[in-house]
Amino acid sequence: MNEMSLDDITGEVNAWLDENWDPNLSLEDWRRILVDGGWATPHWPSQFFGRDFTLEQSAVVARIFNERGVVPVAQTGPRRLAAETILAMGNDDQKSRYLRPILTGEHSWCQLFSEPGSGSDLAGLSTKAQLVDGRWIINGQKVWNTSAHHADYGILVARTDWDVPKHQGISFFLIHMHQPGVEVRPLKQMNGHASFNEVFMTDAVVAAEDLVGGEGNGWAVAKTTLSYERRLGGVGRSFGGVQGDWRGRVYQEYEKELTIANEPYTWYPQRQGRVDLVLPRARETGAIQDPATRQEIARLICMQKGASLASAAAEAKRKSGSNELVPAGSIGKLAASVIARQAAHVHTLISSADAMRSGPDSAENGLVAEVLISVPAISIAGGTDEIQRNIISERVLTMPKEMRADTGPFRDIKRNE
Amino acid sequence: MQTEYTEDQEAFREVVSRFLSDKSQPAMVRELMESEEGFDSQVWQQLCSEVGLSATHFPEAYGGFGFGPVELGIIAEEMGRYIYCGPFFASCVMAGYALLASASEEAKASLLPEIATGSTIATLVLDNLNSPALVGESLTAREGRLSGNAPLVVDAQNASTLIVIAGEASGLGLYCLATDATGVQIAAVEALDSTRKLASVSFANADVRKIGDISRNTLEQIWDYLCVALAHEMIGGAQHLLESTVDYTKVRYQFGRPIGSFQSLKHRCADLLMEVEFAKAVTHHAAFCLAAGDGEPYVASMAKAMAADTYMKAAKEAIQMRGGIGFTWEEDTHLWYKRAKSSEVFLGTPAMHRERMMSLMEETA
Repeated sequence: MNEMSLDDITGEVNAWLDENWDPNLSLEDWRRILVDGGWATPHWPSQFFGRDFTLEQSAVVARIFNERGVVPVAQTGPRRLAAETILAMGNDDQKSRYLRPILTGEHSWCQLFSEPGSGSDLAGLSTKAQLVDGRWIINGQKVWNTSAHHADYGILVARTDWDVPKHQGISFFLIHMHQPGVEVRPLKQMNGHASFNEVFMTDAVVAAEDLVGGEGNGWAVAKTTLSYERRLGGVGRSFGGVQGDWRGRVYQEYEKELTIANEPYTWYPQRQGRVDLVLPRARETGAIQDPATRQEIARLICMQKGASLASAAAEAKRKSGSNELVPAGSIGKLAASVIARQAAHVHTLISSADAMRSGPDSAENGLVAEVLISVPAISIAGGTDEIQRNIISERVLTMPKEMRADTGPFRDIKRNE
Repeated sequence: MQTEYTEDQEAFREVVSRFLSDKSQPAMVRELMESEEGFDSQVWQQLCSEVGLSATHFPEAYGGFGFGPVELGIIAEEMGRYIYCGPFFASCVMAGYALLASASEEAKASLLPEIATGSTIATLVLDNLNSPALVGESLTAREGRLSGNAPLVVDAQNASTLIVIAGEASGLGLYCLATDATGVQIAAVEALDSTRKLASVSFANADVRKIGDISRNTLEQIWDYLCVALAHEMIGGAQHLLESTVDYTKVRYQFGRPIGSFQSLKHRCADLLMEVEFAKAVTHHAAFCLAAGDGEPYVASMAKAMAADTYMKAAKEAIQMRGGIGFTWEEDTHLWYKRAKSSEVFLGTPAMHRERMMSLMEETA
């Protein structure tokens, strides 16, 4: 732990910024200075670009950066998941080689976890990794890979042992994406966007020193990644643009980076149902006068109020240190699905036959049509509603687990062809 | 505005819950629901004088403890959980709030302390239980004489005092008379939920004392207070059903495993938990709003609609998940099922309340 007082930190950060911060630098040059100065990730250990700060100490740094409009290190896409996982579970050699270029933005990363044959059941994955002449040879297919089309590296889970129970035969790798054995194809979704990719690995190669956490320990490493993912709210979250009226080369390049990163996710607000558009549309079209529509709008308002109050109550309980189990995350996620579906239903009632339209000439410049065909994603992405219901019923209501058909050696478990 | 219960309020809930868990066990509920009066006068006396619940929400000036809708909500929630059988809702909540909102100072000073001690059982006579907008059409008062019929009055057969809202030549008035007054006829009505006693009350030119004026706005406000208390009753019942049903699925074995291990049941229990949590949060919020005189103008209707839908859903699931045993008289679930059904429509259906929500929202938009 670093003993610096919050006042000392304020003084030191400002002095350092006065000395080093220059909006006319290139984005990469600025970030190199920032990382080497130790102010990029002050909560990290001092051995690796940090200062051993507590969250409270780091918050002071973040606040000053924000006030002065200082551009931070690269955060978009899954790179932060890779960085935090390597920091937590990697060895010193891996940390020295990989962390710095992640922070400076030189290297972009993707996450190679889900497979066509294992979605909810991630530990049922069947991408194969074999040690041949001191190198890992990878064969298999991954899917739903954000940013894979421009990633330099990927965090990869693959099976190294088929004769032990499924969680025990998984290993965690860092794979170089620019190699002949790796092919990335965009995956077009039902709403026409392609926000993700499929990644095909055919005799792709991973160096022996890029195994993280040891052979067969991949599930523990992956769980670290997943817990960061939950904390960060998913890799697909979009980042805001440049705030305020700042000028300089570094801002231009930063803005461009964010625009590219956010582009695949412009439809994300629509998958949540655009509740914000419901009342204005209902009033504008006069649908608010229709008794049946009014009933459905009222139901939507009820759900939304219930969800927000219940989540606030859960948060208050958590803060007061109550032992009562409140699965705020799972209930909140389930609520988001119900609310999104009801919002889509109400938008349909408001549009009536006009809901047949799509594109810029349709309601709200096409946003309503996009709501109607994007809402099915909300109850699948980041853990299906069914998985959330399992979590709620087992952890909170302590109902018994479903009987399993996937114990014993992985080789013997029935799986997708 | 309050956003969560204080430690004192949580402690108060403990006291209420301990009393009711002892004095309102299902076997007692069954005995009382089969009886004509439907309540145990000894328990009622204890509840009023020893525990002091009947005086909770009345101002100290009228013999009360000076608490408000939040503490009343706690009582109602626990009463709903244990299906307390007694004239609490009719006398303390319905008649009490009508008097507080619109009776003259003199009437409040003479009636409320008696209701607060439980020595007087009163009830509120409304000629329509569906919507505040429809009240005052069949009961009319002209020159000190009351006429007309109120087909559904809660606990009228147990009351000594009737507080009546009646239509006047223009507007509404609040009236008071004794149940044994000349021209008053009270007839028990067979109730679907026999834990809540109902009677029809008719007046034939009955001599009546006017104790206050009621504007339509005031009636809407009284309705809000009643709905929020009733919503608490309902979420208490829903919470009980959720808990008892989940417990049952853990001990009932079919196909060699507890039925609670089947996802078809687990997932529905998870959904139910979510709905109960939402209805509880909104209902508690509604009481906080009333206490602070703040918040959404439609919050009471929102709470009533959500609590009603959730209670009914819990009741249906509670029976369905028990299978055949859930449909028997011997099993207790039907007590809550019937409570849920009668509460669903008492003081307005969920659809009426959603419509009322929208009207109130659009008025202020």
